[in-house]
Amino acid sequence: MVHPTESDTIPTHPIQPAPRLSMRTRSAIWVWSFLAIPVLFYCVIRFYPTFNAFWLSLTDWDLMSDAEFIGFENYRRMFADPGFWQTFRNTFAYLIYGTPISLLIAFVVAYYLDRVRFAHNFLRALYFMPYITTAAAMAWVWRWFYQPPPTGLINSALGELGFGQIEFLGSTTNALPAIMVTAIWAGLGFQIIIFMAGLRAIPDTYYEAARIDGLGEWTILRKITLPLLKPTTVFLVVFISIAFLRIFDQVYNMTTNDPGGPLGSTKPLVLMIYQTAFSSYDMGYAAAQTVVLFTILLVVSLLQLWILRDRA
Amino acid sequence: MQKRILMAGISAAACITAATSASAVEIEYWQYIYDTRVEAMDQLIENFEEANPDITVEQVTFPYADYQTRIVAANMARKGPDVMQLFYGWADKFIEGNLIQPLPEDTFPAAQIEEEFFPIVSAMQRDGEYYGLPTAVRSLALFWNKDLFEEAGIDGPPETLDELVEYGKKLAVKNDAGNFETVGLTLDMAGQDHQWWREVLVRQMGGVPYNDDYSQVTYDDDAAGAEALEFYTNLQTEHGIGAAGFMDEGQAAFRAGRAAMTIDGTFRLGSFNSIEDFEWGVAELPANEEGVQSNYASYFANAIGSSAEGEELEASIKFLEYISSDEAMQIWLEVVGELPARREAAMTDANMNDPIYGPFLAALPYAHTTLFVDEAAQRQTAIDMANRVFLQDQAPADSVAEAAEQEQAIIDDARD
Repeated sequence: MVHPTESDTIPTHPIQPAPRLSMRTRSAIWVWSFLAIPVLFYCVIRFYPTFNAFWLSLTDWDLMSDAEFIGFENYRRMFADPGFWQTFRNTFAYLIYGTPISLLIAFVVAYYLDRVRFAHNFLRALYFMPYITTAAAMAWVWRWFYQPPPTGLINSALGELGFGQIEFLGSTTNALPAIMVTAIWAGLGFQIIIFMAGLRAIPDTYYEAARIDGLGEWTILRKITLPLLKPTTVFLVVFISIAFLRIFDQVYNMTTNDPGGPLGSTKPLVLMIYQTAFSSYDMGYAAAQTVVLFTILLVVSLLQLWILRDRA
Repeated sequence: MQKRILMAGISAAACITAATSASAVEIEYWQYIYDTRVEAMDQLIENFEEANPDITVEQVTFPYADYQTRIVAANMARKGPDVMQLFYGWADKFIEGNLIQPLPEDTFPAAQIEEEFFPIVSAMQRDGEYYGLPTAVRSLALFWNKDLFEEAGIDGPPETLDELVEYGKKLAVKNDAGNFETVGLTLDMAGQDHQWWREVLVRQMGGVPYNDDYSQVTYDDDAAGAEALEFYTNLQTEHGIGAAGFMDEGQAAFRAGRAAMTIDGTFRLGSFNSIEDFEWGVAELPANEEGVQSNYASYFANAIGSSAEGEELEASIKFLEYISSDEAMQIWLEVVGELPARREAAMTDANMNDPIYGPFLAALPYAHTTLFVDEAAQRQTAIDMANRVFLQDQAPADSVAEAAEQEQAIIDDARD
């Protein structure tokens, strides 16, 4: 988009007294005076700290003493730390498994819920409920579900039915999927609503035309519904990915005794940043981790927008 | 013009002088939120203000999770507290960050402190200067469920590690599916077990966990560390006395009456006091075969903020003197349930014979205080150390060596 230059737009009215501002300039001033507050807010509260974090990541600031420039020492330390690489892998495990599973379940539920007339609103509310519930409260409920017997609901039920016990949060292999399930469940409500809105936005006439032409349901889904749902899908993929890359509440609340454990098997980057910053007060190192997270978020988001871009 | 400025200056100065002479000195005391601690401090402040009508003390509290950050942030804004409570383990950081100042030698002579307080206060001393004094201290003990002991036909709590294992086996109950109904002893490294392992078991196996100034990890120098870990993990893997993660937390299992024994600190008394379903008792931590006993003691000390000066500093010193007095300690014991930090206030006949406080107090003369540089991170190395044995079948000796390496890195990092 090319902005018209000032000289193009100023109407040359010979009768009007000269120095008056043009309509366009005046409206621009209005717009900017209203925008000034949020812009200022964003600069001070968002952008300044973001850029400051880049600087901090090159220092050894520990809150107490003055920050000293140490070059890329924090990054060197981070890349040499096996704990960092484990949280890196964990974060991507949440992302790579969590996003498609969430998307698939949300779509399937939305697709069928859209056709259900009986108790439609009630069902929709039921699906939405977890989304509006506090993540910490939900995490604690799930934490208790997952406990070994005699407290854990799931294991007690398995025991009653004569099955063996499953270690959920106490196992290095099962803990991450167990936590991911709750995160998927918690986000589902929102995604279903967005998908349903997307489905409703597709004009009925396309479906009618397709049915008159004798297309089957599967073909309609593939040729009409999914392509027309693409903007919704792109939005959700980006939205869900960012949510999984930033996962924290569930993990932290479900593993408070051994945060991100056992043996670091569930620890995501954000939890590592939190611990480095607010438990070890190693702000410089935490800033370096934040810069890495920032970069990942940026790359993943751009990549997705590029892959799912509209080729038309 | 100049005349007017001069006049304004004079009147302003007059106002300030009038204000300071008329109103009392106000100082701020900071601690974290914990109902009984806040209540006890309110009482102490009331008593103090009565005796010193020209001083007002304002108590400011924050949630524990935010507490350190708040102090640091306030200090950066030059609005730090005059007197504050801090965990002894934060002392290095607070001194280095210039958050607290040394106590004046004339009011608090080092020799007198060392004579009157339990030896663990030395954790607040750097280069001969004391940076804070505790009102109360905490130690560990073995809590035992009297009802479960009676059911199992055991007379009293174990006095040695062998008895601990023997009784634990008898007390643990599993159902048909092989799951614990009741554990003999809770296993919870994230709770107090890492302290038990570090300062008690390692020493009882003949080792020393750290060098004198806690700058070097030494529990892997000989076999003691590995033996201590093996003893600990065997409680689960060999003897089937308990399971890590049972009922989420050791204290929760004990509260629910599903653990016959648990190792915990004085700070748990408040929570266990509300147990109504069964009788419980407190015993000193079991000794080893040779009768060697050890314990881990810790405390929150009160220190004077670096920003306090002039008459605020004077008032702060007076206040600190009061809250470290015998009288304050007795109030703290009654309200919070934490042990007096002065020998004289603690070792009274009434306190020593108290069935609850007695075992905790008896441990203070032989207790050790680990000088943590980053307690959460160092605790994590112990949690992981046990988990590597439980979950990955690593040999205890290898796991201890790995833990020692990690912990040494944390210490080196903090000290450089």
